Amino acid sequence: MDFSILWTDFASLLLDGIVVGAIYALVSLGYTLVYGVLRLINFAHSEIFMLGTFASLGVALLLGFDGFGEPLGIVAFIGVFLLIALVAAIASGSAAMLLEVVAYRRLRRKNANRLSSLISAIGASLFLVELFRIMTDSKDWDFPRLLDKNVLLEFGTAYLTTDKLVVLVGAISLMIILDQIIQKTRLGRGIRAVSQDERTAILMGVNVDRVISFTFLIGGVLAGVGSAFYMLFYEATKFNVGFLLGISAFTAAVLGGIGNVRGALAGSFALGIIQQFSSAVLGYNWRDVVTFIILVLVLLFKPTGLLGEALQKARV
Amino acid sequence: MSTAQVTKKRFNLRDKFGDWWENATRTQRVIFRVVVIGFLYALPLLDNPVFGTTESDFASVLFYPMGMYAIMAIGLNIIVGKSGILDLGYVAFFAIGAYTHAIFSISFGFNLWVNIIFGMAFAMLAGVMLGIPALRLRGDYLAIITLGFGEIVRIVALNINVTGGAAGLAGVAAPPNIFGLEFRVDDAKPFYWLLLTLMLLVIWAYIRLIARRPGRAWEAIREDEDVAEFMGVATFKYKLWGFVLGGAVGGGVGAVYSSQVTSIVPELFTLQVSIMILACVVFGGMGNIWGVALGAALLGYFPEKLRFLSDTRILFFGVLMVLMMNVRPNGLIPRKKREKVYDKHSGQEVTR
Repeated sequence: MDFSILWTDFASLLLDGIVVGAIYALVSLGYTLVYGVLRLINFAHSEIFMLGTFASLGVALLLGFDGFGEPLGIVAFIGVFLLIALVAAIASGSAAMLLEVVAYRRLRRKNANRLSSLISAIGASLFLVELFRIMTDSKDWDFPRLLDKNVLLEFGTAYLTTDKLVVLVGAISLMIILDQIIQKTRLGRGIRAVSQDERTAILMGVNVDRVISFTFLIGGVLAGVGSAFYMLFYEATKFNVGFLLGISAFTAAVLGGIGNVRGALAGSFALGIIQQFSSAVLGYNWRDVVTFIILVLVLLFKPTGLLGEALQKARV
Repeated sequence: MSTAQVTKKRFNLRDKFGDWWENATRTQRVIFRVVVIGFLYALPLLDNPVFGTTESDFASVLFYPMGMYAIMAIGLNIIVGKSGILDLGYVAFFAIGAYTHAIFSISFGFNLWVNIIFGMAFAMLAGVMLGIPALRLRGDYLAIITLGFGEIVRIVALNINVTGGAAGLAGVAAPPNIFGLEFRVDDAKPFYWLLLTLMLLVIWAYIRLIARRPGRAWEAIREDEDVAEFMGVATFKYKLWGFVLGGAVGGGVGAVYSSQVTSIVPELFTLQVSIMILACVVFGGMGNIWGVALGAALLGYFPEKLRFLSDTRILFFGVLMVLMMNVRPNGLIPRKKREKVYDKHSGQEVTR
């Protein structure tokens, strides 16, 4: 173990942590929103993300990028990337809504116990992973490079490259839009109402089914866009990409206080940074062990997370 | 009992059998047991085109996946079905047992009989170490933590030297001969008989246990943990016992498994195994040991029998889990929901 790397590479680890955290944030919002309205961990959310990565890849391949051509100019890049993100968002969003109908709705109507919903979601997740494993031949799939990774700015050892900038700007603007949707729009108010008290929300005329569908849609869209950013940054995917990313995003949501939208953002950046620093010291192999240990410690000692639960009362 | 109502008789195979069993004489019961157990032991000898598997050796299929799934599902049933703890990391116990036998037989030359005990002991120890912090949580949080535990065990096995890392361990010792039975790699029959014997022991122990205080405590916890606590059930203690005993079964089976396959790698112990065993429990009927054992054996059997299922079996398991939860949440053979209660005045069977 070499602790000096923490000081020598401090700036670059911090920057990478923030970029990774931004991607986690988009996925962890899906967990936290669904937990808010359903009080359930959406186990299949990680597969919604995985589906998004393949949708992004599919668009890029259909547009004829094979990774050997010249990288795009900035305007062309923005157009192409917006298209990729849009398709990924549509694919993931509709998959998430379909998931809600297939795996959750009937059980919710029957007032089934939580174990049943959980097992149903695990089944759906297993199905999606296996479907993509068969469809993609269990191979690693590379994403063509769309943009030269030029260094824009240098802070000590940290190099702000174009892809990192795109991820940061895109993710942060999405977060602001989401925050506005939750705070300002009618459906956003519906989400908050159902999170606080489902029964009273029904009495007040909130259409709970619609709110829940909409919540899954938002979660799916965010995961879809997150998957497009993920592909831009990591440039590879595989059928099981969702599993560990899902665990990280979920840990981030718990770290920030599950059910709390701003908490999920804070937790994601914190977790991204912690992961970068711990991997630098312990080695990449132990990254997920560190994540799990953080998860266990948070659940045991501060189950309401860093920011507490703002949307509803704590339930553990 | 003011809300009690007289039940309508509905035809139900399980109840029919239950009634027959209750009214059966001692001799009838003994004969039934002997016939069933005798049939199970004779199964590998009854390899025929009708229910044998044509493409793989029927005895191997009986050992893995059928028998293996069944006994692990029985172990997981104690955790998920009986005490209502959703454990997504059951494979960890299995892995601990398998690595215990592998390491002890290679490094110290211990034989399987000793290592089954060690495997169970280490699995129980891991169960206590995980259970004491984790069982304070409930529901989905607990599920995530157990899932993490399963993954941690695999990642640790992948990254440390004593387990051989990604290459795993080869040359794990087969069990010593017993009663003239020779345990060879190319003959799965003795392994199946060994597994079946262990399974009967586990079932026997389980039945003795659930008839007594732990069984009632587990059921109370599963139905409503808060109420159970108020009624004076030491919920934490019994949950921990359920978790540890279920883990012990996994550990023991893991040792047997590694003695048959002779080489193990961390990739054998992925989350998928945990979820498959969970699917077996769910499919068979959570909480009913007969349903669970039968469901697990069937889920092991069909992909081997119907070849078109074998490549897509996991896909099929996923669909099955969603469908079972939506359509028949109590599984193939559900547990008895209510104990039969007889009304004081009318003497008729009532339900609460």
